[in-house]
Amino acid sequence: MSEGISQPDQPQALEGHAGDKDLFSKFDDIIAMRQGLLDSGVEDPFNLVMEKVLSPTRAICNGRETILLGTYNYMGMTFDPDVVEAGKQALADFGSGTTGSRVLNGTYQGHKDVEEALKDFYDMDHAMVFSTGYQANLGIISTIAGKGDYIVLDIDSHASIWDGCAMGNAEVVPFKHNDIEAMEKRLRRIPEDAGKLVILEGVYSMLGDIAPLKEMVAVAKKYGAMVLVDEAHSMGFIGENGRGVVESAGVIDDVDFIIGTFSKSVGTVGGFCVSNHPKFDIMRLVCRPYVFTASLPPSVVATACTSIRKLMHGSNKRAHLWENSKNLHKGLKDLGFQLGTDEPQSAIIAVIMPDLQQGAAMWEALIKNGLYVNLARPPATPANMTLLRCSLCAEHSEEEVGEILEIFEKAGKAVGII
Amino acid sequence: MDRAEVDAKIREIAEPFNKKGVTITEETSFQNDLEFDSLTVMDFVAEIEDEFDIIISMNQQAEIEKYGQLVDAVTKMQAD
Repeated sequence: MSEGISQPDQPQALEGHAGDKDLFSKFDDIIAMRQGLLDSGVEDPFNLVMEKVLSPTRAICNGRETILLGTYNYMGMTFDPDVVEAGKQALADFGSGTTGSRVLNGTYQGHKDVEEALKDFYDMDHAMVFSTGYQANLGIISTIAGKGDYIVLDIDSHASIWDGCAMGNAEVVPFKHNDIEAMEKRLRRIPEDAGKLVILEGVYSMLGDIAPLKEMVAVAKKYGAMVLVDEAHSMGFIGENGRGVVESAGVIDDVDFIIGTFSKSVGTVGGFCVSNHPKFDIMRLVCRPYVFTASLPPSVVATACTSIRKLMHGSNKRAHLWENSKNLHKGLKDLGFQLGTDEPQSAIIAVIMPDLQQGAAMWEALIKNGLYVNLARPPATPANMTLLRCSLCAEHSEEEVGEILEIFEKAGKAVGII
Repeated sequence: MDRAEVDAKIREIAEPFNKKGVTITEETSFQNDLEFDSLTVMDFVAEIEDEFDIIISMNQQAEIEKYGQLVDAVTKMQAD
């Protein structure tokens, strides 16, 4: 789960309306919910404009200098001089866009280069780059799991995973979040000769908790299922080489597909899948979200390639990011905030709000004091919680984390949450 | 297990999820009458799956709107 601002990740059945209404009537409830929030006088949490971006950790937002603590820019690569230079050079040499599909006129040298960089980064045989992370999940899942196949997945999966399941027409069987036993029970009941795909995420972005991949991948393999792990929120940061929770859990050789994104640690936009499957390359011809869209612009793949190669040598930054995560988690806990995890498990710290009204008030108090975090609200959140999600950056200094905690203390007391 | 036994068992499982104490008939709708949200549906379905050792995929759930349809579906699945 993650970016869903006002809708759940899992698609919901919409109720039909009769009478004098039109196709937009189905949105009346969400329109009323949004209006109710705005009428209470808070600054609109979903209409923030960054007028100027000063660095990976600072921007001018709605006229105020603001510390960014909700951008998923984990490794702070967006202003890396080498990355920016590579993009400028590609823009000059290859132009502003490819105007074509990867399988027609849209594969430039840069697209091959970034796929080579991914193969080196993950030490895998195949890499396939999509135009977004959303399309990577949509494309791979819908293509490999079709009618008659079974997909077993965590109920808190990201919207791109649910949409990939729906598009492929496989039988979809969800299990309770991170529950190994619930997952095994479902796998056990699937007909033995049916095709099976288990979909997991390394880090779940709502609460910042990680999956017990060691156990779960072993169970999936026991029942002959293929395993796909979305490592969007761990790349570059978790695992000795930054390959994700699959690496730190020691199961990278047992998973069939890793899905990732360029829009978090890599610092640009795009998505990918890496795999050791001997037939993987056929995906380029049969995967519709790969074929029927234009490829990424040359500047984007050049920045991604440079960034990925630099992330391979990012152990100092990784260590500093862990320090930041630990300091923020401890500081918020000491201030009396309720957090999504007892211990810091990733670069995401979720602060649980008592309800939507107080959550929105807290978000507004933070932004007015110069701190941006993500407000996540029902029904996009697990158990209908309202969350303030903080994602740390390796470029946040120790002093900045201290400043962040001061702003949280001030805002929390003003709103009456602590 | 025959349909009446399946019905009795599912009624027992539904009890704690029926927060408003709605009288359940064959025509009772899970979404409109019982007002189950997606998380409640997952927990409710998981208990039925465990009880009868079956799988009710989300695709199958989409076809089930009313209580009677659920009893029919489970009766058929557990007999197979």
